[in-house]
Order: sequence, then structure tokens, then C-alpha cells
Amino acid sequence: MADLHLTQVRKCFGNVDIIKGIDLAIRHGEFIVFVGPSGCGKSTLLRMIAGLEEISSGEITIGGRVVNDLPPKERSIAMVFQSYALFPHMTVRDNIAFGLTIAGEPRKEIDAKVADAARILKLDALLDRKPSQLSGGQRQRVAIGRAIVRNPDVFLFDEPLSNLDAALRVNTRAEIAKLHRDLGATMIYVTHDQVEAMTLADRIAVLDGGVVRQFGAPMDLYRYPDNLFVAGFIGSPKMNFIPVKALSVSADTITLNAEGLDALTVAAKGAEILPGTALTLGIRPEHITISHGATPRHQGSVVLLERLGHQIFIEVATLGGHSVTALIDGEEEVELGHTVGLTYDASKCHLFDKNADSLRL
Amino acid sequence: MTTKSERLLLLIVALVVVAFVLAPLFLMFATALKPDENQILRDLGNAHAFWINPSDISFKNFEAVLANKTFPILRYMLNSGIIVVSIVTIGIFVNSLAAFALARMQFTGRNLVIAFIVALIIIPMESVAIPLLLMMSAIGWVDTYKAQIIPFIAHPFSIFLFYQFFAAIPKDLDEAAYVAGASKLRTYWTIIMPLSLPTIATVAILQSLEYWNAYLWPLMVTRGSDARPVSLALAQFFSTPPPVWGNLMAFSVLMSLPILIVYFAFQRWFIQSTIGSGIKG
Ligand SMILES: Nc1ncnc2c1ncn2[C@@H]1O[C@H](COP(=O)(O)OP(=O)(O)OP(=O)(O)O)[C@@H](O)[C@H]1O
Ligand SMILES: [Mg+2]
Repeated sequence: MADLHLTQVRKCFGNVDIIKGIDLAIRHGEFIVFVGPSGCGKSTLLRMIAGLEEISSGEITIGGRVVNDLPPKERSIAMVFQSYALFPHMTVRDNIAFGLTIAGEPRKEIDAKVADAARILKLDALLDRKPSQLSGGQRQRVAIGRAIVRNPDVFLFDEPLSNLDAALRVNTRAEIAKLHRDLGATMIYVTHDQVEAMTLADRIAVLDGGVVRQFGAPMDLYRYPDNLFVAGFIGSPKMNFIPVKALSVSADTITLNAEGLDALTVAAKGAEILPGTALTLGIRPEHITISHGATPRHQGSVVLLERLGHQIFIEVATLGGHSVTALIDGEEEVELGHTVGLTYDASKCHLFDKNADSLRL
Repeated sequence: MTTKSERLLLLIVALVVVAFVLAPLFLMFATALKPDENQILRDLGNAHAFWINPSDISFKNFEAVLANKTFPILRYMLNSGIIVVSIVTIGIFVNSLAAFALARMQFTGRNLVIAFIVALIIIPMESVAIPLLLMMSAIGWVDTYKAQIIPFIAHPFSIFLFYQFFAAIPKDLDEAAYVAGASKLRTYWTIIMPLSLPTIATVAILQSLEYWNAYLWPLMVTRGSDARPVSLALAQFFSTPPPVWGNLMAFSVLMSLPILIVYFAFQRWFIQSTIGSGIKG
């Protein structure tokens, strides 16, 4: 069993802190995605797990073994690079076999393992080609093949799909998911694409500025974001953030309003909130409907309208001067320039305090 | 926009330059193949010096040169060969390993070392010849191959060429090899060097040329014919009266052949490198 534990892991380059104390407990066989904006330290963290970057402080264990000072080959990991890093002068066969050749395995076993990997990745017909004679997707598979044959406990992927075109990306994503099911190995996958994160992960670690903002199952992050950052990062189209004021509070509800917005009562930790406090209301576009009755409404005029068929994507400029996007039913009768009232599903509303933390109960 | 007349002018200039480069070569080959020394002397006064009628071709001069006991050309060529092959083969490893360390390892003073090596490129052999000679005679290496090999293995310009090339090879390749369990030396040997064939060829050609034609240093450090290279022998052959032009040119041709062969053997590697094809999609 190869559980992977990170304890207070830090990394500084010179005197710049890049990774600022990360704790993660990853169970054997999990598919973990590190997601976050460019420069947040995803690759650095992955490379620390791989053994390509030294750990400034803290501890990493794989299968209960502290690996801080072990070279990559003794960590039972394999890594797939964003650039694929195939050896240009070697055939596909030799590329895949590289790690085994280095380890001095007998020729027969190497051939058998390479054949296995080639079959899984549908590379059988390409084994004698050079990387330059392969398409992007095929190179990608060779890079994965090079990892598979070494039968590691933990696979590390650094943005493996970012060099592929959109269609191939969807395909390869599915293939990687299947691979994970078939191999049952732990996989850690870095991406800045939240769709990849949502579709692949058992659990997602959202990174920002060298810290983990939240670590949990994709739907938990979607439903219960801990803070504004995660709320804004997970979900597409993005969650709307509307500045509001607390009108009245109880221990477990907050009633709020804003210009153009009828009073709205949301379940939230109200105990420490004073009436009049400025808060941020978060509501996803898909949880907004057009109001036809007396439900609490947010009024504004439609400034952008895209008919997607079963849904309509609209952007509404509210009276308070904010812009709110909504995905509404495709049959709604709205036109550009119309004044509409938006209804926010109170059970799907998120409230954030001035520290950007969620007031979820 | 180049007009027709401009292009014509360029063509003429190019032809003149080519003529200047090729004319001595033509003269050398033509004269070496002419059997009649009197005819050669007459031809040297006119344009026929650069030409030979195919029906006149003879290898008489070559036979004479190869049979000459005072100037055993094959022995001299063997000496040159031993010296150049040793310098080039050992040099490829030594210089590329130095460059590999500079391109791939982090250590304090690395940039200083690089700057120092670049500075060494501009120091001519002539300026260190005397101290080097004193050194050689102090350790008793005069009249040996090693005196002509050891001091020239480390070659700043080769190190610099290798360094530049290695620095451009993506570090991902090294890291992929490292993750797969390859040591630094193994990475050098199985990844970096095979990718560097064009640079190896360049360095091999540069160094062979330099030391095949070396003159001053062998003159200083050799006495007898035991370790004397062919370049020096040619000079002596030239200055032994009376000059027999047919033989002299045959000697020159023989001396030029190996270097031409080396050039053509390595030049196909110049053509293209395959770097980059393993990177990106
Ligand atoms: N060797 C280094 N020396 C100094 N700073 C570095 C080094 N490597 C990375 N950094 C810095 O660390 C930060 C995190 O880099 P990292 O490559 O981990 O980001 P990332 O999250 O992978 O971003 P991206 O999505 O663009 O790949 C960046 O600000 C980067 O400038
Ligand atoms: Mg990165």
C-alpha cells in the first residue's frame, strides 16, 4: 500500500517562499488533481514529490517511508512531463524500455513489459519509430508508456494534455481515467484546467500562492467551497460574486440586501456578523432563474444573450451596477435590453466574509 | 530587389573568390600527376600549370615520394595520425565532459570558469610555446608523441561549442532520465552524447585540422623522425635542394588526403540535428 503523506512541506528558492507549508494525506489508489492558477507552485510541489526538487522543510512519506532524501528511482514513482521529454534519438521501444534497461532487467522481461504497455496504449505498430515520426497524441502515449512499464506506486503527471488539441485532450483524458481504473495506482495530476480536475479527480487540491485552499472531492468543492478563491476557481461558467449588506442576522441565517435586490435570507453562520456588515454573495449562473412572481428578485437589464439551445446564457447589469451571469431555461422569453428580475436559489447561495472565508454552517 | 546586373556582379565576385581558393589546389593536383619535370617547369610559367591533359596522368611522382628513404612519408603520416587521432578521440570525451559539468551542474564559480574558458580561446599557442617547451624538457618528454598530444587534449573552443550545444538541450530530458534511474554519467553517455553528433563532428574536424597542420610546436619539440609529424616533414622536404616540383606536389597531395577524408566522413553529421523532435506535440 502506498499512501502518500505531505507534512508541513515547504520550499523556498533563495529567500522566496514558493510552497508555504502543505499538508496532504493521499490514500493508495486515489486520483488526486492539483489545480490552481499559473505560478501557484503546482509543478514545484509535484517535482518535490518526484525528488526533482529538494524539500526545504517538512516531510514526504510514500508507503510509510520518509523519502525526503531518496533519489527519484528509490521512491517508486514515475513522472510524465508536460513536454513528454522523449529521447529523440531512441525508438519508441527504447524510450519505453529506458528505465528497465537502466535497472539492468533481463532482455526477455523488458520485451514482455514493453509489449504489454504497447498493447494497453495501442502503440504496437509504432514501436520502431522515432518520436519525430509520431503525432502529439502518440508521443503522449509513449511518455505514459515509459511510466507504466516501471510499475510505480505513484504516477505523477505535469499538465500532460496541455500540448494537445481540444478533441484529443478529451480523448486522452478519458484514456487516463481508464488507465487509473485498470492499474489501480495512485496518480497525482497537475493542471490549471478545472474541467480536467473535475472530471478526473477523486479529490482535488486547489492551490493558490503556495498553500492548499481546499482539498476534497470535486462535488464537495463545487457545492461547499471554503473560500472565495475556490468558489471562483471551481465551476464553469464562474460563480457570480455580488457585494451585499447584512440586514438582519440570527445564529443560523443572514438576511441580506443590495441595491436592486429584494431582501434574501440565506442559511449561514450569523453569530459573529453585525447587521450592516459588508459581505459577498456567491451564486452560480446555473442556480439563477428568471422570476415570474413575487419571489425575491434582483433587477437589471440584459446586456448579453447567447442561446445555447436547451439553455440561454445571459449577462444582466443590475441596478447596483454589477454584472451577473446566468444560465436560464432555453424556453424563457428574454430579449437583449429587457429588464428582468433574477431569482437566486437561497439554498445554493454562498456567503463570504471580509476575509473571503465561507460562512457556511 | 536584386536586379539582373546585380546578380551577375555577385556571381562574378563569387567565381573570383572560388578561383582564388581552388587554383592552388588545381595546381597541386595537376603538378603531382605530371610525369615530366621539364614539362612542369615550362608549364609553371603559364596557365597550363593548373591543368593536366588526362592522357598525361601518371603516378610516377607518388611512387618516387613513397620510395624515398630519407623522407619516409608513410612513417610521418603515421606519426601525425597517431597524434591527431589521440587528441581528437580523447579530446571529445574530456571536452564534452567538462562542458557537461558546466551546463548541467550547479556549483559556485561556474560562471567564472565559463568566462575563463572563453578567454582562453583567444590566447594563441605561440604565446605559451616557450614555457610549455621548458616544461616538456624538464619532464623529459621531448621527441615523444605525448608531448604533442597531452597539452592539446583540453581545447577551450571545443568545450565552448559543447557547452553551448548542451545548454540548449532541454533539461526535461535529463530529468526524465534521472527519474528513470539513470546516473549523471549514464545520462551523458546515453542521452546527451548521441544527441550531440553534429557538435562532435564539428569539434573533430576543427581539432584534426588544427593538429594535422601544426607546425611550430612539433618543430620545437621533435628532433629526429621518430615522433615528427608529416607537416614538419613537408617543410623539410620543400627546403631540400634541388626542388623536384612533381615530387613536392605529390607529397603535398598525400598529406592533404587524410584531412579531406576526415572532412567528408564527418560532414554528413553537420547537416541536421534531431533535437526538438522528442519535445512537444
Ligand atoms: N528554480 C526556481 N528558482 C526560483 N523560482 C522558481 C524556480 N522554479 C519555480 N520558481 C517559481 O515558483 C513559482 C511556482 O512555479 P511552478 O512552476 O511550480 O508554478 P505552476 O503552478 O506549475 O505554474 P504553471 O501553471 O504556469 O506551470 C513561480 O512563481 C516560479 O517563478
Ligand atoms: Mg507548471
